[in-house]
Amino acid sequence: MEGRSKPGPWPGAVGEGAVIETAALTKRYRGGQLAVDRLDLVVPRGSVFGFLGPNGSGKTTTIRMLMGLIEPTSGAARVLGQEMPRAGRRVLPRVGALIEGPALYGFLSGRDNLLRFDAADPTAAPRTRAARVGAALERVGLTSAAGKKARAYSLGMKQRLGLAAALLRPRELLVLDEPTNGLDPQGMREIRALVRGLAAEGTTVFLSSHLLDEIEQVCTHAAVMAQGRLLTQGTVRELAASARARLAVTTPDTADAVRVLKEHGVHDLTVTDDRVTGELPPVDLADLNAALVRADVRVRSFGTERASLEDAFVALTGEGFDVAG
Amino acid sequence: MSRAETLPIGMPSLSLFRSEVTTTFRRWRTLALLGVLAAVPVLVGIAVRIETSRGGGGGRGDGGGGGGPAFIGQVAGNGLFLVFASLAATLPFFLPMAIGVIAGDSVAGEASAGTLRYLLVAPAGRTRLLLAKFTTTVLFAFAATLVVAASALAVGALLFPVGEVTLISGTTVSFGEGLLRALAIAGVVALSLTGLAALGLFVSTLTNSGIAAMATTVGLLITVQILDQFPQLSAVQPYLFPHYWLGFADLLRDPVYWDQIARNLGLQALYVAVFGSAAWARFTSRDVTV
Repeated sequence: MEGRSKPGPWPGAVGEGAVIETAALTKRYRGGQLAVDRLDLVVPRGSVFGFLGPNGSGKTTTIRMLMGLIEPTSGAARVLGQEMPRAGRRVLPRVGALIEGPALYGFLSGRDNLLRFDAADPTAAPRTRAARVGAALERVGLTSAAGKKARAYSLGMKQRLGLAAALLRPRELLVLDEPTNGLDPQGMREIRALVRGLAAEGTTVFLSSHLLDEIEQVCTHAAVMAQGRLLTQGTVRELAASARARLAVTTPDTADAVRVLKEHGVHDLTVTDDRVTGELPPVDLADLNAALVRADVRVRSFGTERASLEDAFVALTGEGFDVAG
Repeated sequence: MSRAETLPIGMPSLSLFRSEVTTTFRRWRTLALLGVLAAVPVLVGIAVRIETSRGGGGGRGDGGGGGGPAFIGQVAGNGLFLVFASLAATLPFFLPMAIGVIAGDSVAGEASAGTLRYLLVAPAGRTRLLLAKFTTTVLFAFAATLVVAASALAVGALLFPVGEVTLISGTTVSFGEGLLRALAIAGVVALSLTGLAALGLFVSTLTNSGIAAMATTVGLLITVQILDQFPQLSAVQPYLFPHYWLGFADLLRDPVYWDQIARNLGLQALYVAVFGSAAWARFTSRDVTV
């Protein structure tokens, strides 16, 4: 872990704090389909970065290019400061990845699966292999099922074994592609807790998802993709703030409240049950509250409500989230 | 980054190769293939035993020289000949079919299971992974050949008398030397299969379906075996990988005729070079999208 605070062995690299950096990264498949279109992505070190977009928006293709599985058509990608896919042998041992769900040898036990994946890493010492495999199994809570054949595992167990493979060694970067896909709510909670724990240890986590609330719950930063293009990126707070916050008043006297608010220049008023919301006016909110009270409007609560990431996404794309690209 | 579990890059590590071998040989399918191969000498041995006891005489089967290196006629007289007869019986189809299954599945099987992407991000290294796959297939070829030979030796010793060996050239050698020659033949037979192993590996890099790669490799084997039978194609036949396969019988002459065996091994080396390079070129440049 002590290695993380050091700048790393790539002096002079662009973006000292960036763990992933792409420049006009583009992938056009042989059929002519443009999967990723001039992507400029910057993932800061130490962040939990949510990579958001509907299914088919180019997230997985991007991840495969970052991991050296797919050659970019044009543009460049740097992971941990080094060019991919060329520097794969040096970069990938420091990266743990879960790509498009787990893939296991059904005829091997959970433990033997991990032993095999660890043996595939030429920089992993065979001497510590058994101990590291045991620790990874422990970490994802599979120790008791380690001897079972992987084909007998439930989807959640497979997902956790996949995560264990990504955690065989201390990693600087974890790339998790849809880590909660197909899990029940309990499994999702467990994975999120695990991600938070890893982030707290200093690992940068790059997490792709099509679930907005998942990103909102665990991520510090996010980027939004749609149809191969990057729509926006930044901190989750900034993104949510970009969708304007609204004024919200709870009162039994909704009709009076609407009248008073309108008089004070609040637009776009909507009433649902005992709640009145509207665009934030340019006036001081304290004066607005006083005006409501003076007009004998009984106010239960008064304040601004922060927009959710979902509001931000709808504002960005002008469409609901689950529409495929 | 001087962590205890980090090895310097470029240090040769046999971990992947060892893992590849154990993974292959722990598969039920691999064991089934070896089981089938082990059963062939048993069937041949029993058939010959029944045949000789019905014909009564048995004795020196010197009438067996009719159709090439069949050796069946000599089995009743000397159990060691069951080794040669079994290798001659399995080499045209059973043995190469088993190699075709293992070689065809090697890369494509990992691709269809999805484990290929995890091996590559481990990172196994594409060249290193391909090398591990090829050496494991060749190792399997040796194992398969030895299984046939060992099973034949055991069955032969059990059902028939063993003793001095009369070679094709008529000279008689001791049982010990006969055994040595059997071992040499098994080695040549295994090496005969390396060309097909490379061909299967190449096919395996072309597709993401293990079944398709296995079927294609075995299909190619059958096609080439058939082409090798047409006299009209005699011009190309010396370049077909099974063409000199049965030349291993020349090891049973005194002195040994090396001509055919050398040609066979040269041809296999050519196939390994050509299809090994093709597999490498394909695999190292390909997008892994599964």
